[in-house]
Amino acid sequence: MTKKLAVTDTPAALADVEFASRSLRQIVWTRLRRDKLAMVCLIILMGLYLTAIFAPVICGLLGVDPYSFDKESISDSGGGPVGTWGGISTEHPLGVEWGTGRDIFAQLLYGLRISLLIATTATILTVFFGTVLGIISGYAGGKTDAVIGRTMDLILAFPFLLIILAMSGVLTQRLTDLGVPDGNPSRILYLIIVLSIFGWPYLARIVRGQVLSVREREFVEASIAMGASRYRILFKEILPNLWAPILVYATLTLPTYVGTEAALSFLGVGVLPPDTSFGGMLGNSVSYFSVVPSYLFIPGTVLVILVVTFNLVGDAVRDALDPRAGRV
Amino acid sequence: MSAYVVRRVISMIILLLLLTLVVFILFSLLPTDPARLTCGKGCTPEVLIANRHRLGLDLPVVQQYWEFMKGLFVGRIYAVDSPSPVVCNAPCLGYSFKRGEEVLVLIKDRLPATIWLALGAFILWLAAGISFGIYAALRRGRWQDKTVMGISLAGYSLPSFFLGLMAIFFIIIRLQLLPYPSYVSPFENPIQFFQTMLLPWIVLAILYAAFYMRLTRNQMLEVLGEDYIRTARAKGLPERIVIRKHALRAGLTPIVTAAGLDLAGLLGGAIITESIFSLPGLGSLAVNSVNDADLPVIVGITLVTATFIIVANLIVDLLYAVIDPRVRLV
Repeated sequence: MTKKLAVTDTPAALADVEFASRSLRQIVWTRLRRDKLAMVCLIILMGLYLTAIFAPVICGLLGVDPYSFDKESISDSGGGPVGTWGGISTEHPLGVEWGTGRDIFAQLLYGLRISLLIATTATILTVFFGTVLGIISGYAGGKTDAVIGRTMDLILAFPFLLIILAMSGVLTQRLTDLGVPDGNPSRILYLIIVLSIFGWPYLARIVRGQVLSVREREFVEASIAMGASRYRILFKEILPNLWAPILVYATLTLPTYVGTEAALSFLGVGVLPPDTSFGGMLGNSVSYFSVVPSYLFIPGTVLVILVVTFNLVGDAVRDALDPRAGRV
Repeated sequence: MSAYVVRRVISMIILLLLLTLVVFILFSLLPTDPARLTCGKGCTPEVLIANRHRLGLDLPVVQQYWEFMKGLFVGRIYAVDSPSPVVCNAPCLGYSFKRGEEVLVLIKDRLPATIWLALGAFILWLAAGISFGIYAALRRGRWQDKTVMGISLAGYSLPSFFLGLMAIFFIIIRLQLLPYPSYVSPFENPIQFFQTMLLPWIVLAILYAAFYMRLTRNQMLEVLGEDYIRTARAKGLPERIVIRKHALRAGLTPIVTAAGLDLAGLLGGAIITESIFSLPGLGSLAVNSVNDADLPVIVGITLVTATFIIVANLIVDLLYAVIDPRVRLV
């Protein structure tokens, strides 16, 4: 708006006012920018993603890497790290692993990489399938809706942690048979696939509910009357009205997936050594943390920071998208 | 109402049957051979094939499924023509050759620890979640509200295993406030039982209460803006009654849904909490069975857990009508 509106303005005066229409993205962005906490979290998250992407470069600069053994830094008897706090030194900024002397800092960065890779890809897949199936289910109704709906009920009734644990061996093997490189690539792909399979129904339910009301609106009727194709109606007419719940769901799903991936790695389903992830590091810490507490606290703290910042951003996005926000 | 219940029960049974079938097909993909566990060191291929035949493992999946379902209702005898047949009485959930025990017996043995864990945590988290949620809603926007919401954020951001390991490190190892966890039945040694369960209860309760604080707060904020709350206040009702009888009751439905499903999920075994605190519950049985490739037990636990969840779903829906008279089940 170029000029401030007053209640006393006559219609003639109103005609002079230019209204700048703002897209949803602009509205959300303006509101987010005003939220200081959210901006700080966004910067931290960007930092974490950059750290993950450039992990090899950072490790190279510091002269550490997660794979090489350092027999100097562990004691000959028992293999415990030499020095206090898990062997923290100038050579190894966060200490070394028990028994091998591998650098914890480098492991942490590479672990961050794997955690973010799995959680981000799984979120994208979840959002894609949840949205598409939710829209189809809500718009088509009838048999299609029933089939998708019952499938969702079925998936939601599964104790998913148990199924993921039980199926990991065989499905990872299947992926290898299909040509995915053996070892960690197939284990990572397995985690991405199962997280998405057990995740999409939650979003699909939300999307379906929204579609049920949007499809009755006039503009949908209008485009049907104009002979728009079904694809156009679903994805060009209806979908733009659903971005708010989808975006909120996505930002809150990502941290859950980081946590779930860590839990699964903790239980032994995740990547195998020499690679590692947060859950794996925490799992390894169990045998040693009464002696070397830093094994527990270093990966744990980074994991919590990651999840908290994601959650805060998710909350901020939700507030920014909520038309009632600001009135409270 | 009764027509609704009948319809829901029927669809619940269909869902359970489907679920069993899917579990069967999924697990039939596993390369592990349950027959392998029945024949010891001097195993020859001939014995293995014979055993597989006796156990019905050479049948197609659908037929194995049929045998399993039949066993559930009329019981089942494994290896009928062998010198030592194994009898599994109805309801037969399968037989673990690894442990030499009926799956149902194994599950029954492990169920008490899981139920105690789930119930204790459930009571704690509901009490804490709902009361803090109401408190935050009544002090909305003030520092009390912000503190409660901050605690809630921390609660649901903490991974359960990290929280559990920290509790063990600080409370058991460093401060030595509690002995190392070692489960006993509460009827045998109540003191040791409470010493063991206290930390797992608190850890689980913190994780779950976080969500309930938020949910209760949002529900209360929504309901407190309704007209009938103003009416109740205008009538001169004490604020306590307005909150408890008018506001909380109307806002309770989503809390009941979440509570029912969470409790049902936990009754299927809190895998991570149980393994961290070494509680002999369904969750740790599940993890051990996965490591041992003990298929019948995994199938059994999956089905029991899924049944809990599906039944809880139904109960929750029926409770809606009781709590909120505006809900009509059709």
